Amino acid sequence: MPSTPKTASGRIFEIRDLDVRFDTQDGEVHAVKNIDFDISESECVGVVGESGSGKSQLFLATLGLLTANGKAAGSVKYRGQELLGLPDKRLNQVRGSKITMIFQDPLTSLTPHMTIGAQVMEALRTHQHVAYAEAERRCLEILDLVRIPEAKSRMRQYPYELSGGMRQRVMIAMATVCAPDLLIADEPTTALDVTVQAQILEIMRDLKKELKTAIVLISHDMGVIAGIADRVQVMRHGKIVESGKADDIFYAPRHDYTKALLDAMPRIDRPVRAGHAALRPLSTMDAEHKLLDVDDLKVYFPVRVDGFLLPRTKPLRAVDGVSFTLRQGETLGIVGESGCGKSTLARAVMRLIDKTDGTVVWRGRDLSGMQGADLQRLRKDLQIVFQDPLASLDPRMTIGQSIAEPLVSLKPELSAQEVREEVRNMMNRVGLDPNWLNRYPHEFSGGQNQRVGIARAMIVKPKLIVCDEAVSALDVSIQSQIVDLILNLQSEFGMSMIFISHDLSVVRQVAHRVMVLYLGRIVELADRNSIYEDPRHPYTKALISAVPLPDPKAERGKAHKALLGDLPSPLDSRAQLSFLKSKLIDDPDAEQYRPKLIEVATGHYVAEYDPQ
Amino acid sequence: MSAPGLANRNTVTLERALDIKGRSLWTDARRRLIQNKAAVASIVLLSLIALLAIFVPFFWPYSYAAIDYGAIGCAPDWWPDWNVPCHAGGWHVFGMDQNGRDLFIRVLYGARISLSVGLVATLVSLFIGVSYGAIAGFVGGTLDALMMRFVDVLYSLPYIFLVIVLMVVFNQNFFLLFVAIGAVEWLTMARIVRGQTLSIKQKEYIEAARAAGVGTLATIRRHVIPNVLGPVVVYVTLTIPTIILAESFLSFLGLGIQPPMTSWGVLIKDGADQMETAPWMLIFPALFMGVTLFCFNFIGDGLRDALDPKDR
Repeated sequence: MPSTPKTASGRIFEIRDLDVRFDTQDGEVHAVKNIDFDISESECVGVVGESGSGKSQLFLATLGLLTANGKAAGSVKYRGQELLGLPDKRLNQVRGSKITMIFQDPLTSLTPHMTIGAQVMEALRTHQHVAYAEAERRCLEILDLVRIPEAKSRMRQYPYELSGGMRQRVMIAMATVCAPDLLIADEPTTALDVTVQAQILEIMRDLKKELKTAIVLISHDMGVIAGIADRVQVMRHGKIVESGKADDIFYAPRHDYTKALLDAMPRIDRPVRAGHAALRPLSTMDAEHKLLDVDDLKVYFPVRVDGFLLPRTKPLRAVDGVSFTLRQGETLGIVGESGCGKSTLARAVMRLIDKTDGTVVWRGRDLSGMQGADLQRLRKDLQIVFQDPLASLDPRMTIGQSIAEPLVSLKPELSAQEVREEVRNMMNRVGLDPNWLNRYPHEFSGGQNQRVGIARAMIVKPKLIVCDEAVSALDVSIQSQIVDLILNLQSEFGMSMIFISHDLSVVRQVAHRVMVLYLGRIVELADRNSIYEDPRHPYTKALISAVPLPDPKAERGKAHKALLGDLPSPLDSRAQLSFLKSKLIDDPDAEQYRPKLIEVATGHYVAEYDPQ
Repeated sequence: MSAPGLANRNTVTLERALDIKGRSLWTDARRRLIQNKAAVASIVLLSLIALLAIFVPFFWPYSYAAIDYGAIGCAPDWWPDWNVPCHAGGWHVFGMDQNGRDLFIRVLYGARISLSVGLVATLVSLFIGVSYGAIAGFVGGTLDALMMRFVDVLYSLPYIFLVIVLMVVFNQNFFLLFVAIGAVEWLTMARIVRGQTLSIKQKEYIEAARAAGVGTLATIRRHVIPNVLGPVVVYVTLTIPTIILAESFLSFLGLGIQPPMTSWGVLIKDGADQMETAPWMLIFPALFMGVTLFCFNFIGDGLRDALDPKDR
């Protein structure tokens, strides 16, 4: 894919000296500092930066979409026409028809009470005043282009009836139906699963090729940008620190920040990163020491569905017969798309959720009937780190109180002085200044709050820590620091871990063994090298190939064989047999065959599947 | 990540040198409240009324019960309308009531009673409502259903009727008035707290507390209640005026405070009877009560904005 030659005449969008400031209660925030930017016809420019770098505000400002306390200065020209300071009425002739935008959250960007068709057609009918029948025809065309299956019936559906991936496709359809010159995509895939992300990126590549639309792709993920961008701009603190051709940025970065960003990216093809903490190998003594033995664990939730005359309940099989063991000092990575039951599985093991069936044996003792003091003792051994660092800390408590909480309730024999001492030590250990003891979570960044969460989990010296998407909500550079911290802590304290993540690249760095879940069942379980280098199950293969690499050449050469469509509903008992159609009984309520796990090599288990 | 980490650390050490104490959400809220002019003015005015009510009776030359037979229903000296039958003279700045008592001191005694009824009854309703609502919401399930249906049943009873029955059965005990009104006012509080608790229950920090081995009651006390206090504080400032009005209403019916002690409700009732001949008897108590109610409402609004800036 050679980059389009840049000629002055081909330039459609020019930003000169753009400056964005916000008046806030804590003083003025200078979000974008005198930025120049331009883009030519059918070019794709990637804008990379971490949260707070001003990358979104830059483009919101160009379209006059800043919040009321924001002010933009400078010049924004679209084909010679100045956009900045244009009254809304004139701006609307450009906005939404010539220049369109896609936002991160497809859930909130669609109007809930309008059908999909009506929303897509609205853009057409406002901007191009076409007749209804014509609008409908073009709407169908564009929905086909973004690969929405059964587009005709989908047009009559409401946003809530569609999955996140489908909604994002609708957003893209809305943004492209007027055949815009420029499409601004602000983190279009961040809220989506990897497989869906791969599909959306594929659609955007097609748009660029077929409709000759210029695309600005804003993302924090270098991997997302690699496969599609011709040029890349790296932003930090409201400034562009480096810009150039994609290949130059990725293979010969000049600015320290770009280098640091690339270095911080977890890479699925490189389990060990030079200069970072490495996973501690399992010693043979540890390997014999079985901590946790889970056998045929099932967690069903009753869900009301419409029945004949009366509503009836149907079990939602969140976890459906999962068995595994965990040894001392070992990390088990659990990966899978959202809704595959990975969090439910971990919570059932920790007894935060009641299981429906199966056994969980912890150091030789069955956890099922455990009550009172026994359960308290168990809590001392099992701790959890949550995904959202801010939401998992009580906003009315100082971080010192939060970290001390498990200690206070699980080791009541300690004196207040001893508790404070322990908290200070642990804060030091996780890289927090002990003098911050009396501060509150909202005074800290996400990364710092996640350190607090880790300190809280580690303070009772547990034998098993569950990390539930513990690094997913963080910026890449922070994520890399937290991963290092977790690995170092494990080397020091030797605890076992269950590391849940949808990000396969991170899991490769931190886990000894990896379990792939699909709709509540294990499809593959193997040690980390076998699963990434020799995946057997078609689902595992699809997941791994969907992970974008921060490596433009590899991305371009990659055959994109993403899974089609969405993750099916776990309510449908047929769904688990997606890869074993030969045993399928085509009745949504029938008791289905459950694929068995087969050991294909030592320690490498794969669920049965149809050969393809 | 050397570059960003380093910069971060430098600013952080600087901050540490400046302050070690954290900035709690309450501190932030106070700062925002102070920026709200209407709320601050209301707080000042309300404190002034409260201070007057507390301290002035100690040195005021007239007692609330002393009767001056020579000056029954006399206007204050400065009253502009010279057609009134007589002028009270001296320090009777608000004039005299229909029994020849100094109206100013009676308005302040009325403030004492009305404000303390408001505060005590609100505290009673706060205590019952918050614990009831938090337990119902947090435990959930059947217990929640039972507890909230009980609230619904109480809701359906006519509230003033309930208080009147209580007052009749237990005699017109002054202390009971507080309790009776509070015991009725907690229903709404319980509903508000339960609703808030339901949403807080879903938060990850509650799950974190469970994982940390914190028991149910301790979780409610440590995590749920502090986090529902925001909306509760707002509701409290709106409950106090409701209760002051309820007390006035009961006194108006003759069921509340007994003479010679008085409350704003009693004073307004007496004033309303004399409205045509001695308007000051209605104007002053009504003015005090109106200003107080307005103040509470402004403070409530200010607190709501201060505690939940995103809601604006």
